[in-house]
Amino acid sequence: MKTPFLPAVIAIAAKDLRAETRSRELLSLMTLFALLSILVFSFALDLDKRVREESVSGVFWVTLIFASLLGFNRSMAQEQDSGALDAILLTPTPRGAIFLGKLLSNAMITLALGLILLPLMTALYGMNLLDWRVVLTTTVGVFGFCAIGTLLAALTSRSRAREALLPIALLPIALPFVLMATRATKAILAGAPAPEWQGALFMLAAITAIYLALCLLLFGYVVEE
Amino acid sequence: MAGEHALLEVEDLEMAYGALPVLRGIDFNLDRGEALALLGANGSGKSTLLRLLCGLSKATGGCVRVGGWEMPGEAMRARAQIGLVAHQPLLYDNLTASENLRFFGALYGMHAHARDRRVDEALRSVGMRKWAGSLTRTLSRGMKQRLSIARATLHQPSLLLLDEPYTGLDQGAVALLDGLLEGALAEGCAVVLCTHQLERLPPAIERVMVLSRGKISLDESRRQRDLRELYRAATA
Repeated sequence: MKTPFLPAVIAIAAKDLRAETRSRELLSLMTLFALLSILVFSFALDLDKRVREESVSGVFWVTLIFASLLGFNRSMAQEQDSGALDAILLTPTPRGAIFLGKLLSNAMITLALGLILLPLMTALYGMNLLDWRVVLTTTVGVFGFCAIGTLLAALTSRSRAREALLPIALLPIALPFVLMATRATKAILAGAPAPEWQGALFMLAAITAIYLALCLLLFGYVVEE
Repeated sequence: MAGEHALLEVEDLEMAYGALPVLRGIDFNLDRGEALALLGANGSGKSTLLRLLCGLSKATGGCVRVGGWEMPGEAMRARAQIGLVAHQPLLYDNLTASENLRFFGALYGMHAHARDRRVDEALRSVGMRKWAGSLTRTLSRGMKQRLSIARATLHQPSLLLLDEPYTGLDQGAVALLDGLLEGALAEGCAVVLCTHQLERLPPAIERVMVLSRGKISLDESRRQRDLRELYRAATA
């Protein structure tokens, strides 16, 4: 007997989002970090308007990725510390469904943060980031990045040094996302011809699909002792 | 799957962390409706054995079958028959008591209507119906333990594994748990209860197994001999 896949994914994601709605622990922590981060970048780049315009996409993605690291760590640590992950593993739920449920909730929270950051950065950096193409790039990039983040957070959550281990493990693997997402966002903001940003976005979607498939396959091995 | 076999079959089970052996040559069977108390000093391997029995850890040798399904190969089918009450309550603090149970009910593949009915029954069976809407983080240690028992019995498992289940329970809750175990045994559920407190053994448990340094040093009916003496000798 196996638990049906889709209801299990929805149950896990809904459980995480309900718990987060009550505590607002992750989103408030991530938002505060992101706000401070874009403020610091804004002051640091204030003197040179051209540099600021060129680097806004990089600032957005670096801020989003660093803030989401906090989220991944907390999200999996809560499961591990309460032991509730063991209770989930005891159910006949396919491991892929557990992964997708956790990924969905992590991605929703990170996406919510991205949607908070876009208007804020538009106001602070004087560039219009409120563009559907930027939102689309953010959505694709967030799902890919969260896939690898969810997997590695599960891997490092048993370690005492998980806060330090996760960025060390994650950032090198996330480099292709940062490169492609930044390239696509920069091309959109610069008003580059469609093939230029579409090419980067296509590459980002391809990397996301590959990482998603790999993480789906590996999650079972990572969470089982 | 073989229908004629014992519900729980453990054959030559071994577990080691690196070069350090934790369990060696563990062999026993447990039939439907049979209860076993697993005793042993701290570090004797009780909790490790429970994790192996429910498939949360993988053995380095031997095998465990639940209802004829062998782990880890057929772990999904085996796990569906197991309920675990561990040291920790294994619950989510930011969900209410009923939300916790409904969540785990969904993961056991229960449909919404049946799930709501089972959640209500499980909460009532541990005397927690009044606190169904309370956030788990606001509950006392004993109440969390009751809720943990409700979680473990929600899907009506045929094998119930309990690791120090009396921790934090008041007298009323102890009697409630004893009654729950008797009911489960009468319905054909097998029970393994892990403890290091002989005096806490519920009356429904007849068979006692003592683990010492990762080996079974005693496996007898509790009425056969003076267990207190044997337990002392076995764990010395």
